[in-house]
Amino acid sequence: MTATGPSTNQTRRRFMDWLLSRTLTTWLLSTSVGGLLLSVLYPAGRYLVPPAAGESAAASVTLPLKPEEIAANSGQIFKFGNRAGLLIRTPGGELRAFSATCTHLGCIVQYRADLSQIWCACHNGHFDLNGINVEGPPPKPLEQYQVNVRGEQVVITRGA
Amino acid sequence: MGIWEWLDDRLGLAELKQLALKKRVPVHRHSMWYYLGGMTLFLFVVQVTTGVLLLFYYRPTADEAYESVQFIMAEVEFGWLVRSIHAWSANLMIFTLFLHFLSVLLLKAYRPPRELTWVSGFVLLGIALGFGFTGYLLPWNELAYFATRVGTEIMGVVPLVGEFFLRVLRGGEDVTGATLTRFYAIHVAVLPAVAVALIALHLFLVQKHGMSVPLKHPNPGAPRSMPFFPNFLLRDLVGWLAALAVLATLAAFFPTELGPKADPFAPAPAGIKPEWYFMFMFQTLKYLPAHLLFIEGEAAGILAFALGGVVLLLVPFLDRRASRGEPSPAFTWLGIALIVYVIVLTYLGYAANPTR
Repeated sequence: MTATGPSTNQTRRRFMDWLLSRTLTTWLLSTSVGGLLLSVLYPAGRYLVPPAAGESAAASVTLPLKPEEIAANSGQIFKFGNRAGLLIRTPGGELRAFSATCTHLGCIVQYRADLSQIWCACHNGHFDLNGINVEGPPPKPLEQYQVNVRGEQVVITRGA
Repeated sequence: MGIWEWLDDRLGLAELKQLALKKRVPVHRHSMWYYLGGMTLFLFVVQVTTGVLLLFYYRPTADEAYESVQFIMAEVEFGWLVRSIHAWSANLMIFTLFLHFLSVLLLKAYRPPRELTWVSGFVLLGIALGFGFTGYLLPWNELAYFATRVGTEIMGVVPLVGEFFLRVLRGGEDVTGATLTRFYAIHVAVLPAVAVALIALHLFLVQKHGMSVPLKHPNPGAPRSMPFFPNFLLRDLVGWLAALAVLATLAAFFPTELGPKADPFAPAPAGIKPEWYFMFMFQTLKYLPAHLLFIEGEAAGILAFALGGVVLLLVPFLDRRASRGEPSPAFTWLGIALIVYVIVLTYLGYAANPTR
C-alpha cells in the first residue's frame, strides 16, 4: 500500500493542476463571458418587449348617433375603447353590434348591403347577420355585443 | 515618392491590383446570369442613397409620417423623384434578386465549396423582403396599414410563441404609431447593418471561390474566360447605366402614389393587396379553408411556407447528386415548380375578383 503513496499524491497533484489550469479557468472564463453576454442581452431583450398598455376597460359605450340614423340593411363602424366595432341594422330592422375585427387576420370588416352580409375585404371572408362565419377563411364568428336603445341613445355593451 | 507609392506602402495597393488583374470570369452561353448579382448590388446602393435623402424630411410618427411624405412629394424640390426612385428601385431590386436566386438555383451554382455563398445569399433575400415589408408601412397610408395588419397578424398564428412575437413586432396589441417607430428602426438601422455585413461576406466568398461554371459546361476545368477588370466590369457598368435609365423613366412617368391616410377605424378597402412579391403567399392564404385537418388553415399555410424556406436554404446540402458533379433533374424540377407556382398564384392574385 505504501508503494502507491507517492503515485497517488502525484496523481492528485496532477489532477489539481489540471483542474486549476484547464477546467477552472475555462469554467471561470465561460461563466464570466456568459454573464457578461447575459447582462447585455437581457436588458436589451426586455427593452424590445413593449410595456403592457392600459387596455381599455370600458365594458360599454354610448354611440354619438341616434338609432334612426342607421337605415335598414346598412352598417356603421364605431369606436369601442381602442377597438373598432360594427353596428348594423338588419333588413328586418333589428340593430345588432359586433366586433369589427375579422377573426381571420384582423382586418376591419364592413357591411355589404348588396349581400346583406358582413364582409372582410382582405381575404374575402363573409359573416351572416348573426356574425357567424359562413364563407371564406375566417375560422370563428365575430364577437357579438349587446345593443340597447335608450330613448335617443344607442348603448353597446360587451358581454361579461 | 509618388502618391501611389505612399499609399501602396500603407494600404498594400499592389496586392489589390494584382488580385483585380488576376480575377477572370468564365465565358459560356449562361454567362449573362453573372450580371444579376452586381445589378442587385447596384440597386441596393441606389436604395441606400435615396433612403438617406428621404431621411432628411421623413418623420416616423403616426401623426406626421403621412404628412411628411406628402410634403416630400409636393413641396420638396425633386422630392417626388427621390421617393419614386426609392420605391421603384426597391421593386427592381427584389426582381433582380429573385432572378439571381433562381438562376443560381437552376444552374446549381450552390455546389461545394459554395454552400455558404448560397446560405448568405438566401438570408439576404429574406432581408430584402424584410426591407420591403417594413418600408411599405412607413408612408402610413391606408393600403400599407392594412397590409401590415394582415402581415403581422400572420405572425400571431404561429403556435406558442406567435402571440409574443406579434406584440414585440407591433410594439403593442395593434398596429399603431408604436409599430411605425419599430418598423422605422428596423428599416433604417437594423436591416442595413445586417445587410451590409452579409453582403461583405457574400462578396468575399464570391471573390474567394470565383464564378461557378455550370455542370453541363463542355470543359468545366478550364473554360474560356475574360478578365474581370476591365472587361467584365465595363459590361457591368453598361447594365447599371441601363438600370438607372429604366429607373428614371419609371419614376418620371409612373411616380409612386400615396393614397389616403391610414385610419384604424375605417373598414379595410376592397382590393387591398400586399406588394407584388408577397402576392403568391397572400393568394395562397385566400384559398386555404378555415380548418385543415386539425389546425387552422392559416397556420397550415404559414407552416408550409416556413418549411419551403428551410428546404430552399438547405438545397446545397440536400442536393447530393449535384455536389458530386452529376446531373440532378429533381432539383431542376423543384426550381421550375417553384417558378410556375409563384407566377400562377401571383397572376391569380391580380386577376381574381376580390369580392365574390
